[in-house]
Amino acid sequence: MNDLYIIITASLVASSCALLGCYLILRKMAMVGDAISHAVLPGIVIAFLISGSRDSMTMLIGAGLIGILTTFLIEFLHKKARLQTDASIGVTFTWLFAIGVVLISLFAGKVDLDQDCVLYGEIAYVPLDTLIIGNQSIGPRALYIMGMILTAIILFIVFGYKELFLTTFDPAYATAIGISTTLWHYLLMGAVSATTVASFESVGAILVVALLIAPAATAYLLTDNLKWMLVFACIAGVAASVTGYYIAVWLDGSIAGAIAMMAGIIFIIAMLFSPTHGIFTKKFSRTAAADS
Amino acid sequence: MNSLLDFFSFADPNIRFVVIGSVLLTASSAIVGTFTFLHKKSLVGDAIAHAVLPGICLGFMLSGTKNPAYLIAGAFVTGWISLIGVEYITRHTRIKEDTAIGLVLSVFFGIGILMLTVIQKSGNAAQSGLDHFLFGKAAALVGQDLFVFGTVAVLLLIAVFLLFKEFALLAFDKDYAKAIGLPVRGIELTLTSLIVLAVVIGIQAVGVVLMAAILITPAAAARFWTNKISVMITLASIFGAFSGLSGAYISYIAPAMPTGPWIVIVISTVAFISFFFAPKRGVINRLLRQRNIRRTINDENVLKTLYQLSEESRNFFIQRSAEEIIRRRKFSLETLGKILKRLERQGYVERTGKHWSLTEEGKNRGQRVVRIHRLWELYLTTHLNIAPDHVHDDADTIEHLLTPELEAELEKLLNYPKVDPHKSEIPYS
Repeated sequence: MNDLYIIITASLVASSCALLGCYLILRKMAMVGDAISHAVLPGIVIAFLISGSRDSMTMLIGAGLIGILTTFLIEFLHKKARLQTDASIGVTFTWLFAIGVVLISLFAGKVDLDQDCVLYGEIAYVPLDTLIIGNQSIGPRALYIMGMILTAIILFIVFGYKELFLTTFDPAYATAIGISTTLWHYLLMGAVSATTVASFESVGAILVVALLIAPAATAYLLTDNLKWMLVFACIAGVAASVTGYYIAVWLDGSIAGAIAMMAGIIFIIAMLFSPTHGIFTKKFSRTAAADS
Repeated sequence: MNSLLDFFSFADPNIRFVVIGSVLLTASSAIVGTFTFLHKKSLVGDAIAHAVLPGICLGFMLSGTKNPAYLIAGAFVTGWISLIGVEYITRHTRIKEDTAIGLVLSVFFGIGILMLTVIQKSGNAAQSGLDHFLFGKAAALVGQDLFVFGTVAVLLLIAVFLLFKEFALLAFDKDYAKAIGLPVRGIELTLTSLIVLAVVIGIQAVGVVLMAAILITPAAAARFWTNKISVMITLASIFGAFSGLSGAYISYIAPAMPTGPWIVIVISTVAFISFFFAPKRGVINRLLRQRNIRRTINDENVLKTLYQLSEESRNFFIQRSAEEIIRRRKFSLETLGKILKRLERQGYVERTGKHWSLTEEGKNRGQRVVRIHRLWELYLTTHLNIAPDHVHDDADTIEHLLTPELEAELEKLLNYPKVDPHKSEIPYS
């Protein structure tokens, strides 16, 4: 049963991240996603201090705000201070992450968080922290939180499909027909932050980044259709979670690390053998064309 | 105060190690980082920092010891593989560089974590402390580390010193470098090796995540103070060394405080101060400059309007109400009030009740703006063959910008003309 709980939780995280990741890489904002997933740390610590626990809305809201602040700061440094983009991303997230680590050391007694868990989480403990209603344990808390997050993201994409589509591919046209690119930009960043935070304790920052980028990049090499890209990204994410879990059990190592590794391996397979964009496929069809 | 004296007397060898180690690491990273920054490879530095983790684990697994030489060799190998990976993905697929960086960074780090956890459960007692690479351990530096850091730092310095010109040229004008026959590829590879080397020793001080900061933040800060690359490198290394020293001091007076994050907070603070307050390039200074230009333009437009109102009557000192000015040129009443008050303070207009009139200086300045406007219109029509009805907007901008020298040259070039293309008189004082 515990195996199943872990795999389902990881798959929920993977699907949430994969869906958002598609939009991130299409908007050329993959590294902003990386930056946000690190920068929410001080938000988590502060929310923890205010609410005194892990499982409150305060945490999601606090971190969501920090995520939006991160995006804003990156853009401010780029546009107003004219700092090149790569440097403004680098300066911003390292600064916020350092503040987060210092806050953790400062309130070490009061905050039940540590640096390791922040970086690579501990999904193996997911089944231990169960949600109890009445006297009945109804399964791991993380499972329910991630379920809610995934539902929210699916609703966000279903209802905002047209807006997200247009602001991603043709921002000028979107603005012309009255869709605020800024609003949808920040909504997306808010969603990325909330997902990061919700996934944090189970899988850690690095796996969030891996799951945001790798499955979406895999799907990007398999199709030119956004709807299929979203579907393929979820499949790649879930496949990485399942295979990663069993590899981690087999090697007796970090589950998060193994899932990230599998996400990378699945990407490499797609990169080489994708029917449309694969490197080998292209080479083969070129030789075939030359022969005939 | 005592702790300050204790700290800076360096009597305690531990403090000496920590301080020298931190300063060496931060300063040498900052120097290499300057080129990382100028080559726009900041995030590549981040990727390398994450990608060395599996290499460190590999070095440990193969050698069974924590000897820094093996770990650095391993780190060097995977750091390099990650870069080749990023380049391969960007070149051979339709995936963009930033996505490739994020992908390689997280996957390599994931593999590193997997290996680290496997090592930790393997029961080899020597492994304890390997996770220092994740978060840095500047406060626990010992003599042996210093020897390695020192060697690497000196190596980095010599390499940068010898290849300074090549690195600088490549950062600014790659095509030219290619054209004059420099081995561009080789120089880039050398720079990348230096970045990998700087990262490998740097993460021992601040850890994987914050490594990017000690690499590029000092350079980003230094960029705001100078346009000269040699000054920039010097400043970056001073900023880096300062943050290393401060970080070491903070964790000395508050031992629970982690050194690495404090180094980053100090250097980020220096950077933010630079972004905002640096002369010339700083945000605040630029905003002030923009405001001053806006003010000058507004002031001159009001003086010009006052001048033009009286051109027919030739009596330039007639008193005008605000409404008269607005009828001729659109201002909001509030802005106009502010502008007139400013002009009065500077002695360009005089106020009687609700009316305003030009002073002698005000008339001259207004006249000059009108003159430049009309000279420019004439210049555009006669010398650039632009239709007379298309020249007004351009002249409206240039009238505030032309220097007296250019003005004199324009007059000479056009041979002191009497009228502009619209037959308005060009006034000379």
